[in-house]
Amino acid sequence: MHRARHLTGWLQAAPLALILLTFLVLPIITIVIVSFWRATEFSIIPAFVFDNYVFFFTSSVTYKVFFATFKYAAITWALTLTIGFTVAYFLAFHIRSLQLQIGLFLLCTIPFWTSNIIRMISWIPFLGRNGIANSTLISWGVIDQPLEWLLFSDFSVILAFVHLYTLFMVVPIFNTMMRIDRSLMEAARDAGASDWQTLWNVIVPLCKPGIMIGTIFVVTLVMGDFITVRFMSGSQKANVGRLISNDIALLQYPSASATAVVLLCTVLIVIAILLRFVDIRKEL
Amino acid sequence: MTDSPTFSRRSLLKSAAATATIAGANTLGAPMIWAQNIKDITLRQFGTGVSNLNEVAQKLKEDLGFTLEMTALDSDSVTQRAATQPGSFDIADIEYWICKKVWPTGNLQAMDTSKIKNYDKIVGIFRDGKLTPESTIAQGTAPHTVGFTDGPGGTTFADHESGWMTLIPTIYNADTLGIRPDLINRPINNWHELLNPEFKGKASILDISSIGIMDMAMVCESMGEIQYGDKGNMTREEIDKTFAIFTEAKKNGQFRAFWKTFDESVNLMASGEVVIQSMWSPAITAVKSRGIPCVYQPLEEGYRSWGGGIGLSKALTGIELDAAYDYINWYLDGWVGGFLMRQGYYSAVPETSKNFMSENEWGYWFEGKPATDVITSPFGDPLAQAGDIRDGGSFYDRMGAVACWNSVMDENQYMVRRWNEFIAS
Repeated sequence: MHRARHLTGWLQAAPLALILLTFLVLPIITIVIVSFWRATEFSIIPAFVFDNYVFFFTSSVTYKVFFATFKYAAITWALTLTIGFTVAYFLAFHIRSLQLQIGLFLLCTIPFWTSNIIRMISWIPFLGRNGIANSTLISWGVIDQPLEWLLFSDFSVILAFVHLYTLFMVVPIFNTMMRIDRSLMEAARDAGASDWQTLWNVIVPLCKPGIMIGTIFVVTLVMGDFITVRFMSGSQKANVGRLISNDIALLQYPSASATAVVLLCTVLIVIAILLRFVDIRKEL
Repeated sequence: MTDSPTFSRRSLLKSAAATATIAGANTLGAPMIWAQNIKDITLRQFGTGVSNLNEVAQKLKEDLGFTLEMTALDSDSVTQRAATQPGSFDIADIEYWICKKVWPTGNLQAMDTSKIKNYDKIVGIFRDGKLTPESTIAQGTAPHTVGFTDGPGGTTFADHESGWMTLIPTIYNADTLGIRPDLINRPINNWHELLNPEFKGKASILDISSIGIMDMAMVCESMGEIQYGDKGNMTREEIDKTFAIFTEAKKNGQFRAFWKTFDESVNLMASGEVVIQSMWSPAITAVKSRGIPCVYQPLEEGYRSWGGGIGLSKALTGIELDAAYDYINWYLDGWVGGFLMRQGYYSAVPETSKNFMSENEWGYWFEGKPATDVITSPFGDPLAQAGDIRDGGSFYDRMGAVACWNSVMDENQYMVRRWNEFIAS
């Protein structure tokens, strides 16, 4: 009887375990193995050499590009958190009717019915030298010359990131906010707390798991991105993802794998640090 | 309503007719073995998008009866496939600089020029390297230097017309900078204008290292900063100097963006984000067709040129090999040439293409004469009005002013790494 239950447990876990093994663990192992191979211009040679890593860690480009990647992640995180928290707060505490809450929440997701790339590229004619933003500002007399930094700059890259990923902050934060017992807020008010004190001492601590899940989403998405950086910077800026995609285009798979392995480790370390702050399992 | 399938009278008639046709073909089969075999042949061709055109495969099916399957890939994938998977293709449509990399692997077979009907009419560039007897040969991977091999099994290049060709030339052109004359308002005559501070924040270069480095070299040489031994095969020192100049320009904000795809280059130019940039001929056409003035500016230092050809897989034998020769002869027979020349490219045997072009088209595209009537592309888009002259003039003016051929350097991997640094800087 005991053995049978034991077996049932294994069998129940098996499908998911198999899927994860085939589609997640094996590819990662392959990438790690290939990262030790050698490559010439048009062939890849199985080997066990550290060339790719040596080049990676001794190149000044690596550090510049990692710095840029962290910069994009940090700024995007701060902005999406501010906007996402505000939107979630408004939805959770200012909208009283459940129907309206659900309606407004769905409204937030409408842009996600179109593809990422389309939403990103539509910024280009908007922000361009002769784009809608510049011509509007000129016609209002705010500026005389078109603002060049609107497009193909760090500004446009981060703008696109914030636009693309804020919803990933809104959803988990909104979710945790909806679980907060309203009587806690009444108690805070009865105890004489101001709105700000309630927000800072009651709501924010209780929202931590949501903030953390949103943070993990945004940070991993931004750190792994390459296409947004390429399009919105007009290929002028680079992050780690672009290094990998350039290597792949040049058939330097081993070098791309090595970069991918380092990026994966970096992201895992970042997530591990984040998880030290909040025990997501306990809080959910 | 019932769920049983219903047949309309028309569909029944149709299928009856089809059955009859098949029956007819079968009864006629016996005396037409050869024709039937040819119909069953499928040649698998892969190459870059430029000449992998479905129209060509359709016309081939009509004219010769066999099927050509085309796969379009980017030039890096083309190189890799030609070098590593000889069994995956019958015909490789590649550029000459790719041939330089791929030929030594022995995956392609030499072609007997005596079987090429129009061999004698192929332009000199692809034979002895000289467009006209007085021409000088440009730097880089000039097609004739990798166009011949010693014999059927040769894996090295011959320095003369040996009778065995590596690639049959199909398509080529001369590239230069594209400009927006309405936004520049003054003549542009030199490559160094790309880095002129006047165009700060309004210049662009393509983000494809092997071609971008050539455009950079044309600019640096024109500035008088660097004298290259051979732009197509730079030393590390030359590569470093070139990138130093361009990195500084990038830091000073000279470039608005870099482009990687055809569409990006068109949009940058059409929207006015960029007024001067490296560009490809059909991209100029695309900008013009939106009613925006755009010139493929001939420059004093000359053009950066490229050429493509078709090579046969080592694995091709027997009737398939015969079909491949038929295909090559058909390719050089004029229809394809006319089709390509009406898009602004050049054909390897221009005189046969003439038969498939109107006098007006021939005059405009080849002879550099003013158009006498509207010039349209093979797809029906108007490209030029009566009175317009092709940028750069005639075939001999343009191809005679080639300064450098697309190439692959000995220091390619070093260059690629520097290129990545340049993008990240």
